[in-house]
Amino acid sequence: MQYINRLRQYGIFVVFIIICLILSLISPQFLTVSNWTIIITQASINALLAFGVTFVIITGGIDLSLGSMVAVTGVTAAMLAHPDTFPVALPIFAGLLAGLLMGVFNGFIITKSKIAPFIVTLGTMTIGRGLALILSKGRPISNLSDSFNFIGGGNIFGIPFPIIVLILVFIICSIILKKTLLGRYIYAIGGNEQASRASGINVNRVKMAVYSISGLLAGLAGILLTSRITTGQPNAGAGFELDAIAAAVIGGTSTSGGTGTMTGTLIGVLLIGVINNGLDLLNVTSYYQQVVMGTIIIGAVVLDSWNQKNN
Amino acid sequence: MPSNPKNILHVQNLSKAFFGVKALNNLQFELQKGEVHALMGENGAGKSTFMKILMGLLIPDSGDIIFEGESLKNSNVHENLQKGISMIHQEILIVPELTVAQNIFLGREINYRNWLNDKAINQNAQELLNLIGVNINARTKIKNLSIAEMQMVEIAKAISTNAKVIIMDEPTSALSNKEVSTLFKIIKDLKAKGVSIIYISHKMDEIYEISDRITVLRDGKYIATKNTSELDKNDLIALMVGREIDRLFPENISKKGEEVFSVENLSTKGKFEEINFEVHAGEVLGIAGLMGAGRTEIARAIFGLDKYDSGEITLKGNKINIKSPKEAIEKGIGYVSEDRKVLGFIPAMSINENISLSSLANFSNAWFVNSTDEQEATTQLSNDLKIKSTSINQKVMNLSGGNQQKVVIGKVLLTSPSLVILDEPTRGIDIGAKFEIYKLINQLTDKGIAVIMISSELPEILGMSDRILVLSKGKQTALLSKQEATQERIMHYAVS
Repeated sequence: MQYINRLRQYGIFVVFIIICLILSLISPQFLTVSNWTIIITQASINALLAFGVTFVIITGGIDLSLGSMVAVTGVTAAMLAHPDTFPVALPIFAGLLAGLLMGVFNGFIITKSKIAPFIVTLGTMTIGRGLALILSKGRPISNLSDSFNFIGGGNIFGIPFPIIVLILVFIICSIILKKTLLGRYIYAIGGNEQASRASGINVNRVKMAVYSISGLLAGLAGILLTSRITTGQPNAGAGFELDAIAAAVIGGTSTSGGTGTMTGTLIGVLLIGVINNGLDLLNVTSYYQQVVMGTIIIGAVVLDSWNQKNN
Repeated sequence: MPSNPKNILHVQNLSKAFFGVKALNNLQFELQKGEVHALMGENGAGKSTFMKILMGLLIPDSGDIIFEGESLKNSNVHENLQKGISMIHQEILIVPELTVAQNIFLGREINYRNWLNDKAINQNAQELLNLIGVNINARTKIKNLSIAEMQMVEIAKAISTNAKVIIMDEPTSALSNKEVSTLFKIIKDLKAKGVSIIYISHKMDEIYEISDRITVLRDGKYIATKNTSELDKNDLIALMVGREIDRLFPENISKKGEEVFSVENLSTKGKFEEINFEVHAGEVLGIAGLMGAGRTEIARAIFGLDKYDSGEITLKGNKINIKSPKEAIEKGIGYVSEDRKVLGFIPAMSINENISLSSLANFSNAWFVNSTDEQEATTQLSNDLKIKSTSINQKVMNLSGGNQQKVVIGKVLLTSPSLVILDEPTRGIDIGAKFEIYKLINQLTDKGIAVIMISSELPEILGMSDRILVLSKGKQTALLSKQEATQERIMHYAVS
């Protein structure tokens, strides 16, 4: 009985394994090192966004501006990454800073105005898209330096750099959530905001922190994406926020706040990546892929709520 | 067993188990037409499970419920409502953005071919409200009503369904004394019309005032049914807890020390004005008054949850100006709120995480929580407070009301406060656990902590306080010593 309960707790992990098994039976290419390298590399951008938004969702908030932040930060970095201009550290720094500032802006408006995060970040989503178009004058920015292009396309000891970034960020985010004061307060605020305030927690500061982290990680994702496609695209990242939120929710983060883990989100990210990859291998057209993906998102959440009721 | 013809409801051998634990075990219950039948028992005795089965929210494992000669065993809420069983919930379930009339007729709107007849809805609702003698406009939005008024709306709703049985679960927990008497008048009217009422409450005085018979449950089992007039209070308590409690309040022997805390001319417009009192180490200052007298508002202002307009607050000789609960806690003030579900604890977090929440920085370096130190402290406190749980990692939402309250008190204690404000510390807690909370309060004063205790229960105020501050409509009307205070005197000042 205890064994079954424990399995239930990792329900989504079991689903993940089953889907992997099915895909490996159908397609011999699926379970190969090179295919998994592709899956994880492609999932890395969604992973960074999903880790950031997991913090936000656990506090009971939401961040819809992720995709736009990817575009703004990507364009910002690209503008400073032409060959023989600045050292590569500058575009990276500028991209991260742009993401951080947008996150701070979200946090500031949400905590000061008490307007729902859904509305505020819906606003910044549009503002961000506009900013990206203004900065780039509506055109893609190409001709980037080799050292910048290494970030998204290079390998270290044969491991693609984005995978290394993903692993590092995952570890740091897990530690923040599990071991630090901030992490505990994030859960507390999502679990009961009023009681958190009455317990002496500076609720506004914690909210500022989660939206800032979300912006910072969106900046990192923007840099990775720009480097991988070797172009700063003002239209990049459209709809990325939905994949990130889906990954967090599939991984067991409740949109009403208070629960969720980074491991769950990572599994959510990989599940989405594996399904996309599997449908590619099976030559399913992208139209059908979207239908399948949506069905799986709903199915996963229904399964999860069913599990919780039965516990 | 032949059923008594006077019975409207007859329950036989009802059992219900959750995960192998028997919540109800062969329960017997009879309800006569036109009686007020009190259902008594400690938390966990099975009262709410029983009520949920009666309402059709849960299906029993075995046994039978005969309502007007018909079995209700496999019915649902909708059917039971139509048959005439209605419930007024402890936590009020109405839609705040709708009007009183819209709420009363929710789901049964008067209509002509699906077009709403608002005029008839409003008219009927108003007539209903006038009938039970409450002065509420049927077109007011629910969110603009007081909790007491919402309760009256719930009652009007129950009556409008032509209920033959109304279940009232702690209906007075949010009512002032005056509102309670209005409620009791309504109950008597209902009774005269032949409506039967199942009345659940922890308040002894009410039970004796309003009920005809009392049925006691304990650990899911039927214990006894007695006529209220023939059952002595101590015997009733003995039936409920299965042992005799000789005293309701433990003896307090702590010594009064020096002044710890005082407020001078504390005022907030529209809430309270010119409040003056001081509290000494080892002393319990009781604050009495009716609902809306400004008791909780004063506590919230002191703790930094609300701003106050003017006045001075002094803690240990220093003038302080508190702007947030964080500052209050840092300065040594603890607050246990009247509504622990809203302000007290995080339901999805463990006992450990809840107890340490206010003092987590003490168990951490700049970044990381030292969970070994944390668990050691919370385990110790959990043992001291006798919190009943499977482990300190159990989620607080799975604890009983009394144990949840202990967790909240534990959280406050871990901040090493010099002043603790307890707002309705025993609300919704059963008698056995109440006694433990009282002992805990005495332990606080033993340690030299100054305690302010706000309570609507006069016996509790009288039994626990060294001095009693009485408020009426936001003004301070008396500061009585333990010797001077009687229930009558407190009430006299509370309504003046």
